[in-house]
Formats: sequence, structure tokens, C-alpha cells
Amino acid sequence: MIISVASGKGGTGKTTVSVNMALALGTGVELLDCDVEEPNAHLFLKPVIERSERVETPVPLVDLTKCTFCRKCSAICRFNALAVVGEKVLVFQELCHSCGGCMLVCPEGAITETGRELGTLNFGARESIGFINGQLRVGEAMSPPLIKQVRAAADPKRLTIIDAPPGTSCPVIAAMNGADFVLMVTEPTPFGLHDLKLAVEAVRLLGIPAGLVVNRADIGDREVFEYAKREHLPILLTIPFDRRIAQAYSRGKNIVEEFPEWRERFVALYHDIEAIITAKGKAVSCAK
Amino acid sequence: MKVAVTSKGTLLDSEVDPRFGRAPYILIVDTDTWAFEVVDNGNNANAFKGAGIQAATMVSDKGATVLMTGYCGPKAFETLEAAGVKVIDDITGKVRDAIKAFKEGKVTYAAAANKEAHW
Ligand code: SF4
Ligand code: SF4
Repeated sequence: MIISVASGKGGTGKTTVSVNMALALGTGVELLDCDVEEPNAHLFLKPVIERSERVETPVPLVDLTKCTFCRKCSAICRFNALAVVGEKVLVFQELCHSCGGCMLVCPEGAITETGRELGTLNFGARESIGFINGQLRVGEAMSPPLIKQVRAAADPKRLTIIDAPPGTSCPVIAAMNGADFVLMVTEPTPFGLHDLKLAVEAVRLLGIPAGLVVNRADIGDREVFEYAKREHLPILLTIPFDRRIAQAYSRGKNIVEEFPEWRERFVALYHDIEAIITAKGKAVSCAK
Repeated sequence: MKVAVTSKGTLLDSEVDPRFGRAPYILIVDTDTWAFEVVDNGNNANAFKGAGIQAATMVSDKGATVLMTGYCGPKAFETLEAAGVKVIDDITGKVRDAIKAFKEGKVTYAAAANKEAHW
């Protein structure tokens, strides 16, 4: 089972929710930090990192001694990552989406693969909670390929909890696609609501059932709650603005570690999600 | 010789378009005869990314050895350089004035791109 924890806007408590749910369940869980531009779940889960792996994406390498400058490669590349000018073939690695089209189409077999570094995968655990994160190489503009690699490394036998990147564009889609449930974390503020609406649209397009966690639920206004009602989005958990929680957070402590009553609430959150997935089970697998 | 100028229109009296990859037209002007060819850059102008790379390839294919434009990004610059096309940037005014300035030698060639790469 895969639960993706997302939020339209950054800083709503998405990481808090993912980490606390993982800690509350304790076993049979793997937490994936897919916010590869700014991974921070490890700061709260505090896993022991066991190994790291450099991740590359294939990009073309042209052997000019075989090339006849026919331009079939640049013609097929819809990302303009290849340019054939005079007797030169330029490869703009950072534009390449690794589709392999140029290699297939080259009549001279002049194109082979080399790698562009995307970043690093880190594997670890905290007791029986598995942990994987991705760290995008500084200067790398495309995060979805690395996010896909983080996800591909997940153990399918365990419950996967994904801490998704903020926003509503391609990286978030990469972190939600194929999930069984998307848990959206929001705040009851106008900004929170605006970004939540965008995120909900994206989730609806993917056909994944979703539910809400409202964080700092007692600040702001009632708009988010009204919206959730209209959209039939179940509110599965509300976390009040609580000085004790904020203080624990600022010391890098987690809610479920400091306040045992919250452990049960996060376990209940998981069971509610599980129930929704089971109820919608068949429809979901068709929508995928 | 042939000079390529990015243009908002199809005439010598059209305004120079400051953008390279996304200019609607590129005029390829023969500096000896003032004869020119209009290249519709519209397909490129809508390209998602790498419009400058496409435009650079096209300019070189048309036999131009100099490009006059407003801004040129790093990838387009690299492509033009590989193709042996020199770049004169920061051009404004009419295409005709640009060519006149070129013929009078009142231009400076760019040593590097004058625009950031954009995502
Ligand atoms: S398709 Fe192959 S032979 Fe043709 S230009 Fe590209 S690399 Fe050269
Ligand atoms: S692999 Fe695909 S995206 Fe990359 S250069 Fe080749 S055709 Fe373009």
C-alpha cells in the first residue's frame, strides 16, 4: 500500500504528518522522502543511514567518427537536447529526458549511452522503520527522474509513506502517481486553501482517493472546512496549534514521541485511510 | 555575406525582435544586395524548451555567418559558436538600421551569451 502525503504549499506540516504516522505504526513501514530538492524527513525520523547510491539518468554520447550528420537524432528529439550543426553534434545533457529515441533512430549506431548525475539515494532505518530519501544534485533542474528512482527502491511488501515535494507540478505528480491514497496537509488560511484547491485538482486527475489533515486547525478561518465539505473530502485528522507541539517540533522532537495520546490518533488516521482504500479498492485500480 | 536578424515582422523596416529563439521571424539579409529571405520562426517560438537551439541550427542552415539580435542565451550561443556563426547582441531599432550599422562596421561581437538560461 502506498500513501502519499502532499500539500499544495510548503511548510504546512507535511513532513510532520508523514514522520509521525510512520513512527506511530512502528513496524512494516517504509518512509520515502521524495522532496528531493530539500529533503528534511531524516531530521525528524533520525534514521541510521546505511548506504548511499549515486543515481544517473542515461543521456546520449555521439561517436563523431561514425556520424554522417543525417540529423535523424535531432529531428526526433522533442526536447531539443541535440543539435547537428555543420560537422558537429551538440548534446545538451540538461535538456535530455532520457527517452532513448535518438539512439533508436540513429542509422549509423553512432549513439551510445552515458550518464548525467541526478543525485544520491540514501538508504537507512530507524529500528524497524525503513527509510529512503533522494538528494538532488545542486544545479540539476529535473527532479521527477530522481523521485521515480526513490520510489522504485521502495520495498513493496511494506506500507510506503511518501513525503511528497510541495507544489502541484511534475515533481508532485511523480510522488503521487500510482499511490493508493493521497493525504493532503493544509492550514485553514486563504493561502493554504488556494494551494489546496490546486493540489486537489491534480489528485482528482490522477483518480486517487484523498483525505485531509488540517494542521494548526484553530488558527485562520473556516473556509478550508467548508471547502472540504463541498468537495466531499474527508477530514481525517485536525492538529491544533499547540505551544507544546510547536516547542517539541523546534527541538526536533516528534508529536507521537512526546505525547502518547497522539500515537493513537496517528494509528487511527492510518486505519481510516486503510478503510477508504479498501472501500474504493476496485475503482482505484481501474483509474490507475 | 548573409546576416540573420531577429524581427517582429517580415520587412526590412520591421522592428528587431530582442528575443532570438522566440522571435516570430528571422530575416536572412544579403549585405551586398539587400536581398533577404524571411524565415518564419513561429514553430520554434512555441517550442517548450530549446527554442534558441533550433533557431541557431536554422540560422546556420540558411548560410548566415552573423546573427544580430537582442538577447542570446547560453545554449543558443554554444550552438551558434559550434556552427561558426558570430553573434552581435543588444540590437534595437529597425532591421534596416541594424544591417546599415553592420555594413559600416559599427558593431561589436558578443564573446558570450547575454541572457540567463531559462527553465
Ligand atoms: S542520427 Fe546518428 S548519424 Fe545521424 S546525425 Fe545523429 S548521431 Fe549522426
Ligand atoms: S534520449 Fe530522448 S530526450 Fe535525450 S537526447 Fe535522445 S531523443 Fe532527446
